[in-house]
Amino acid sequence: MKSYQEQPRSSSSCAACKFLKRRCTSNCQFAPYFRSDEPKKFAKVHKVFGASNVSKILNEVAEDQREDTVDSLVYEAEVRLRDPVYGCIGAIASLQHRMVELQRDLILARARLASYVGHCSLSSFLDDHGGLFMAPNFLDIPESNSLPFDQFGRFHFP
Amino acid sequence: MNSGRCAACKHLRRRCPSDCVFSPYFPANNPRRFAYVHKIYGASNVGKILLDLPVNRRAEAADSLYYEAYCRIKDPVYGCVGLITILHQQIHNAQCQLARIQAEIGALSTQSQSEVQQFQQVENVGPSFLPDQNGVPNSTSFYDLSTWFD
Repeated sequence: MKSYQEQPRSSSSCAACKFLKRRCTSNCQFAPYFRSDEPKKFAKVHKVFGASNVSKILNEVAEDQREDTVDSLVYEAEVRLRDPVYGCIGAIASLQHRMVELQRDLILARARLASYVGHCSLSSFLDDHGGLFMAPNFLDIPESNSLPFDQFGRFHFP
Repeated sequence: MNSGRCAACKHLRRRCPSDCVFSPYFPANNPRRFAYVHKIYGASNVGKILLDLPVNRRAEAADSLYYEAYCRIKDPVYGCVGLITILHQQIHNAQCQLARIQAEIGALSTQSQSEVQQFQQVENVGPSFLPDQNGVPNSTSFYDLSTWFD
């Protein structure tokens, strides 16, 4: 992938350098991701993470992943500014709760379908599958046990 | 050296004052907790976030900051946003599955209702066709069964 450093730089400072009131050099690390017409984007990440920490995080990732990294940092910063107590953790808790509800609805719907087809009665289906309501983890992601919420939505931290 | 310093002040190599904003949430026996939030947010930003909150919300804020920092250190590209994306996908898949099953139930329900209605029509023929208690056929409700075999 072509290095951003080889691309010609525009004459205007990027949003980061404008915010930090410094000269925007041709190899400015922030310039590709914080354009001058998006000042709020950098302001948000700066408020939550700080310029130095954003720079360190960007240096840790491959160049072709930096755009995604900036997008996720901006998202996290926005959510944290909207919800200073829980940030993205609140969003995760809400989504997990929704997932639990959907799993419950799926079990009930499958039971109802099974009873229509006549394979078994509703009560016996729930006897066999009701335990799924309390399954500890519905996510098929690696290390999902590291998620902080149990099936009751309670925090458990690593 | 003050051995009663919190993890934050130990990490920052400074004196831990009695009103230290970090000490209730970053105890000395868990140095990793502050190290993670410091690495991602910086002590100054964490302090500002905590000070902006009422005291009764700070513990939860410190916990969520720690967890987000933990996720970001494990996955520097997506952090905990990666989990949000995965959850959205799984919710979408579950909703599609649910919609399919509900459509199947709807179709079966319609089919069985139509069968029940046909059955009821047949049942309604019987009693009105039967003669009254004097044995006289109820001719006004006589039903021509020959139409069934057309």
